[in-house]
Amino acid sequence: METLSLSEKPTVAVTENITGAEAVVKSLIAEGTDTIFGYPGGAIMPVYDALFHYQSELKHVLTRHEQGATHAAQGFARATGKVGVAIATSGPGATNLITGIADAQIDSTPMVCITGQVASPLLGSDAFQETDIVGISMPVTKWNYQITCAEEIPWVMAKAFYIAKSGRPGPVLIDITKDAQFQSFDFEYRKCEKVRSYNPVPKADPLKIKDAAQLINAAKRPFVLFGQGIILSEAEKEFQDFIEKGGLPAAWTIMGLSALDTSHPLNVGMLGMHGNYGPNLLTNECDVLIAIGMRFDDRVTGDLTKYAKQAKVVHIEIDPAEIDKNVKTEVALLGDAKSVLQQLTPLIQDNTHDNWLQQFKDCDAKEKEVVIDNEIAPTSGEMTMGEVIARINKQTNGDAIIVTDVGQHQMMACRYAHFKKSKSNITSGGLGTMGFCLPAALGAKIGAPEREVVAVIGDGGFQMTIQELATIAQTEAAVKILILNNEFLGMVRQWQQLFFDKRYSHTHMVNPDFVAVTKGFGIDAVMVDKRENLDEAVKNFIQSETSCLLEVRVGKENNVFPMVPSGASVAEVRLS
Amino acid sequence: MKKLYTLSIFTENRHGLLHRVTVIFTRRRINIESLTVSESETKGVHRYTIVIESDENHIQKIVKQLEKQVDVIKAFYHKDEETVFQEIALYKVPTHKIANGVKLETLVRNNHARILEVEPDFMIIEKTGHKEETQQLLDALAPFGVMEFVRSGRVSVTKPEKELAAYLQ
Repeated sequence: METLSLSEKPTVAVTENITGAEAVVKSLIAEGTDTIFGYPGGAIMPVYDALFHYQSELKHVLTRHEQGATHAAQGFARATGKVGVAIATSGPGATNLITGIADAQIDSTPMVCITGQVASPLLGSDAFQETDIVGISMPVTKWNYQITCAEEIPWVMAKAFYIAKSGRPGPVLIDITKDAQFQSFDFEYRKCEKVRSYNPVPKADPLKIKDAAQLINAAKRPFVLFGQGIILSEAEKEFQDFIEKGGLPAAWTIMGLSALDTSHPLNVGMLGMHGNYGPNLLTNECDVLIAIGMRFDDRVTGDLTKYAKQAKVVHIEIDPAEIDKNVKTEVALLGDAKSVLQQLTPLIQDNTHDNWLQQFKDCDAKEKEVVIDNEIAPTSGEMTMGEVIARINKQTNGDAIIVTDVGQHQMMACRYAHFKKSKSNITSGGLGTMGFCLPAALGAKIGAPEREVVAVIGDGGFQMTIQELATIAQTEAAVKILILNNEFLGMVRQWQQLFFDKRYSHTHMVNPDFVAVTKGFGIDAVMVDKRENLDEAVKNFIQSETSCLLEVRVGKENNVFPMVPSGASVAEVRLS
Repeated sequence: MKKLYTLSIFTENRHGLLHRVTVIFTRRRINIESLTVSESETKGVHRYTIVIESDENHIQKIVKQLEKQVDVIKAFYHKDEETVFQEIALYKVPTHKIANGVKLETLVRNNHARILEVEPDFMIIEKTGHKEETQQLLDALAPFGVMEFVRSGRVSVTKPEKELAAYLQ
């Protein structure tokens, strides 16, 4: 193809007369893939047959639902930094991938999805299990393509991996007709190095880097916001050097969590709707706002018309479409966070902002008194989510990968979990996909078997992808599953309480016996409903060598605070 | 304030790309006033001319979203005064009305239209111009009984800052 450049040196030399299906498998291996997550079916059977012959080189994890395969691939990608791969058949197999693809798109997760498709002469005939997955997935993929002849497989696979991983990462879907899987051809694999219509990493203008440094050096109250861009560009060290040199307080989005040690003195906490008090309140008091690898999501900014209007904004971002999308910038530094920070840090002065940092500490003290102490160390009453997370911290010492689902438990885990290493917080941020956690935790554990992986899930989200307990049992992945059970869809209930006069419309759940269900899948399980048993239970849970589930019955009508009510300004953050 | 903008989008020639381009407008509830796609001066590169009603702030964001697509090479936006544009309209009118007088001929001449084909039952008139001009002729032909009318999307050429080839490196 003239529109893309492939490497001069082939990764795989010409192999004569192999099928398209085998070429798919060989392409995956050529890209360094060692694990894929999937579910077989009619239109993808030739590829599955080829997989049978490559079991020692390519591990396939049979999830129990295609959605599980995508979230597992996402968890794998987020824990390892590699491209996650999910594979499914045509029709319903393919449509079941969509939620995970949309999640990967909004959270910039590198993922390649491969779907089988009916044979090309049948396209458009409403054949059995035919859906237009290329059309359906177009709004939620970074790129997609339908292969109808085997010769296309190597270059399309090379392009797919290149696009998924480069620049701002994202999901790519490759749909392969069954006849293309059966066709034979001479296979040769070359990696993709360039696509002419695609500029993944724009270069920051050196003059603008100087402008940014000047703004930062002149700032009295500089404030850094960091997102997943730090993790994706592996700029953790450069970032730490930057904030330490400038003495810059830094707050994170939930996607940026774990890029900086949570105990770092300049880490002032979490942004957004349920973030910390100081970072929200003081956003509207800083004079220079430095946003790095984040996109000013509405859950972070609240009312944009009242967001940091006093501040000059420096935005370091790889995706030009994010510049000025939500917040108008003074200086936009386009590029990879790592490279921009390497150029910016030498230009900023050694500095401290003790008085300014003290303002964050004062806010922290207030938040601790009103919110945090009661949440993480209550001595009476029902158990709280925060105290469970605090006990997890004690047992894991901040070394675990914490995977969360969506809702109150997610906010509590993000607020209170300790992290020492990057790529350790895995959650569904932008899409807010309930059911994400269990399969994502499985993927994370398979990708990073040496790490402790704790899945923190609410009782609602657990039941959305509960079938993946079977996958965990079959793979023997030692995922620790913590269910924080409040018998409610807690976050929706909280909103109903606060904004809908306590009309708890369809948020109460009569749940199954999670312990019995889990044991039925062959996984050990324990339920705790008394505080005096919690320490011991959490200890056993973390120390277990195998996967196990701990269900903790927490207060049914507890709320997450602080809170920036929907549509309010960050300065209107409420402590109760 | 909302006004008409012409987007010129240069893309790879791939099937399905039209869908990828239009979903950007669908998602933002933007109605496409007209859309024309053809090959550009560079072989293999297609040019979309899309007209939408927007404002400066939104149109800039849309252009960035368009350029974000992997197969989009470059996108530009222009106000009407910054581009030379044209549309084509075809009118099918009953031939027997002509026999009744020279009025139609005058109309065609005065409007700088031309007659493409004359059949016993109908004739086809062609007019290029801006929308107001083709609309004017349609209004004028109305008394004769217009059997069919069709107007194309806008085609537009602009003064690009760089040659397209520069973006293909």
